[in-house]
Amino acid sequence: MNSFATKFSPTDADIELRRAQEIAEEEGMSDVMWGSEAGFGNLVNGHAFNIPSVPDPSSFLRLHTDDHADPNCKIKIQHGTTTLAFRFQGGVIVAVDSRATAGSYIASGTVKKVIEINPYLLGTMAGGAADCQYWETYLGIQCRLHELRNKERISVAAASKYLSNLVYGYKGMGLSMGTMICGWDKTGPAVFYVDSDGTRLKGDLFSVGSGSTFAYGVLDQGYRWDLTDAEAQELGRRSIYAAGHRDAFSGNTCNLYHVKEDGWKFIGNYDITKMHYDGPGEVAGAPGGGYGYDVRTQGRFSALAPTVPA
Amino acid sequence: MECSFALTGKDYVLVAADTTSARSIIKMKVDEDKIKTLSPHLLMAYSGEPGDTVQFAEYIERNIRLYHIRNLYPLRPQSAASWIRRALAESLRSRQSYTVNLLVGGFDTADKTPHLYWIDYLGTMATVPFAAHGYGSYFASSLLDRYHNPDGTLEEGLDALRRAIDETAKRLVVSPGKYTVKVVDKDGVRVIDL
Repeated sequence: MNSFATKFSPTDADIELRRAQEIAEEEGMSDVMWGSEAGFGNLVNGHAFNIPSVPDPSSFLRLHTDDHADPNCKIKIQHGTTTLAFRFQGGVIVAVDSRATAGSYIASGTVKKVIEINPYLLGTMAGGAADCQYWETYLGIQCRLHELRNKERISVAAASKYLSNLVYGYKGMGLSMGTMICGWDKTGPAVFYVDSDGTRLKGDLFSVGSGSTFAYGVLDQGYRWDLTDAEAQELGRRSIYAAGHRDAFSGNTCNLYHVKEDGWKFIGNYDITKMHYDGPGEVAGAPGGGYGYDVRTQGRFSALAPTVPA
Repeated sequence: MECSFALTGKDYVLVAADTTSARSIIKMKVDEDKIKTLSPHLLMAYSGEPGDTVQFAEYIERNIRLYHIRNLYPLRPQSAASWIRRALAESLRSRQSYTVNLLVGGFDTADKTPHLYWIDYLGTMATVPFAAHGYGSYFASSLLDRYHNPDGTLEEGLDALRRAIDETAKRLVVSPGKYTVKVVDKDGVRVIDL
């Protein structure tokens, strides 16, 4: 048939599609915001973001979001967090808390701070929740494209470098993220720390967020390469508990993941208050009993107990 | 805090850089190598703004490598340092500049001489017998004025470097724990265990 003519004459489907787009544009939104493009439609033909129409958008953003400089600023970005990830003989453990704070207000206690990039890659979320969620999901798209193009899964090193190069391109423009990209590739278990400064570090053990110092305290002391799976999971849980207990901006619950050769697995969600009083429950590696100092040391004293007069 | 030292001796250059990567008060990593081998006889220690450092160092590394591939011989240390300084100076005059301080040490295989350059993020370059960046420089510069020997043996050079590192460890409040030390001479680059 006359393929040339059919190629350039609009079909019914074309007309319908165009009409739908016209309607969408009139209403101020395009249909790429729904459906399979999942909000990433704006990235199909290069990046396009709405930015404030002022001479210096990044300083404008800082002016309206910086809590420290101005506690009355209108937009409060979620900051407090504890996240950790470590590599050991049996894979990678990823553990995070679930509290979202906006200033002194607990905005949510059920946040998912582990972003499941694909079945072999996990990202953690600290800093701006939106920045982490958006860019790590975007990273997931790019990792899938890499897989389709090269018939091979992307390495953790390459995925993390993609992210670090990406955020480095936005350096100084107000992005805020501190993330660990964790997974298993041909080289075995891998953990990379990537932040919005553009820093990218390969390592065995990282913790990020306001509670990270508390988590490090427990994690560093309990860490060994030859931890068993149960011991490692317990260490992750125990460290997040420690941070959730001591850091006001971390808490509520702990989400625990374990990455092995066949991909990541969600181990469980543990209430931090419950861990304090009763322990994590019937789980592998738990010593039994609460983690809390008072609970753990009940009935033991450094000084002699006061004698009760008869 | 970040510290790097370098010194020349008889036919060699020693370069040392601390191995910590810090973020606010936390050491995120304690075994980071911050000295790049740019070509068979050229070393560069880098420090400064997180993110910028690695991006800039990798940019330099690849371009020096490209020169080597295209011409079949590497850029001489003098020319390499000069090109690196220019890259920094041009960056400084852009919207977003690289905030990176460098020590470039190399051995010129053509006339068999060691060369050391101190370069800062403003694009200042100085040819020096010894150099330091970071808080360590406040202790090391006077110390090396006193103890550096420009035609000393490698062992003498290492002794002077040890003095500088030990003094920094002794007097600096936030002193780094570990250093990588590399030497470049007529045989190329080697890592040295202090």
